Amino acid sequence: MIYILYNHSIMKKILITSLISFMLASSVSADTDGENSLSKKSGGVKDCFEGLNRATFSLNQGLDKVVFKPVAKGYRKLPSPVRTGTSNALINISSLVTIPNNILQGEFKTAGVNTGRFVINTTVGILGIFDVADKMGFSEYEKEDYGQTFGVWGIGAGCYIVLPVLGPSTIRDTVGSFVNVLGGDPYYNASTHGNNEYLSDSLYVKTKVISGIDFRAKNLESIDNLEKNSMDFYASVRSLYLQDRQQKIVNSNPTIEIMYEGDWEEVESK
Amino acid sequence: MFPKKILTLLTFLIVSFSSVVEVYSIEPDIFVQSTVNRAAKTLGGNLSKDERIKKLKEIAKDTVDIKGIGFYSLGVYRKNLSDEQLKKYEKVFTEYFLKSFSSRLAEYSNPEIEVNSKKKINENYTIVSSSLIATDTRPEVKIEWRVYTKNPEKPLIRDLIIEGLSLARTQKEEFASIINSNDGNIEVLFKNLSEFVTK
Repeated sequence: MIYILYNHSIMKKILITSLISFMLASSVSADTDGENSLSKKSGGVKDCFEGLNRATFSLNQGLDKVVFKPVAKGYRKLPSPVRTGTSNALINISSLVTIPNNILQGEFKTAGVNTGRFVINTTVGILGIFDVADKMGFSEYEKEDYGQTFGVWGIGAGCYIVLPVLGPSTIRDTVGSFVNVLGGDPYYNASTHGNNEYLSDSLYVKTKVISGIDFRAKNLESIDNLEKNSMDFYASVRSLYLQDRQQKIVNSNPTIEIMYEGDWEEVESK
Repeated sequence: MFPKKILTLLTFLIVSFSSVVEVYSIEPDIFVQSTVNRAAKTLGGNLSKDERIKKLKEIAKDTVDIKGIGFYSLGVYRKNLSDEQLKKYEKVFTEYFLKSFSSRLAEYSNPEIEVNSKKKINENYTIVSSSLIATDTRPEVKIEWRVYTKNPEKPLIRDLIIEGLSLARTQKEEFASIINSNDGNIEVLFKNLSEFVTK
């Protein structure tokens, strides 16, 4: 049995590694001469597979309409303390990915603060349900992931892609997500290889699903509003996603002020 | 003696003139707060949705540089337009913007926005930072306002940056996508804008 599990794990790693290799190869070719006729630039990131992306986006919109939005609406009906507690616990779990990324980005002080926050919230805050660290005056928590770390290291975003169910991403961010299941996410490791009665594969998946619902519930009106007021909803979502990632990689508010300054100066020269 | 009187008079006039200029120049943060208050009053009052939209459009006309945002949204394509096309674009963009702006805001009821700080980034622009206070259904939202201050007596809003996401940039990329998807034909954008206004 252990042998089968071991082999299963090895097979999964081989499969994932192959996928990453393929994606990185695609990214390189798309950045050089792999751009098809639909390729366009959006915020410096190419939409190399726009036709396919638009089709996947439509599929996701359909899924959202039938599944995610109604579930998110139902979730919204839960009492506010329940939603806040769930959201806090999910944020607390996410620090298990944030902390190693703080270190990989050279942000050692932030890693220390986030570790302290995680320890306090997991213990005193009962598995992160209560954000005790916030009340104690810890600095504002910023999520980090492996895609952001790759960005900080200077790796380009590659092509923009829309993943089924998961939504907008780039080649770099998708590869970053795979790092989580290759040992980069301690919560995943403990769930799948932890050998304990409390955590399991399915719990990990459930946590991710609840994270998605929590996000959707927090953005019900804003997404509806954006869709209603967009002439090309796909392009608006792509722009917002890429801006958000860019913002998260630079990690600093003042850059907003100088970002796109050149574009505005162009208006002056009319 | 006479020249001294003239000098005093001149000094008095210069000081008075400076004071007048001082009085009429509006600080960007105060401008944003007063704009927000006007909008909040409209959204929080007992007006019908149509009346709200009408009021919000008036506020936008007074406080937003619609023409500037329109040019920005066109990006590089602006330089290829004829004078006639530019006029057509200005007209349809203004209608589009007012409808989109008022429709987006009309959904909110009594939003509470606190202006926190301001930072002058150059002669033309000041960024005003504010927060949309959290409610039961959504967390606090950071909003930054790009205020065009070339004329300090008449500051104008050119962009809203919500949690680091620029609305003007999103619109510019949306327009570019529509034009690109139609082999660079700008008339398709005009058609889309007109359809949005009439729908």
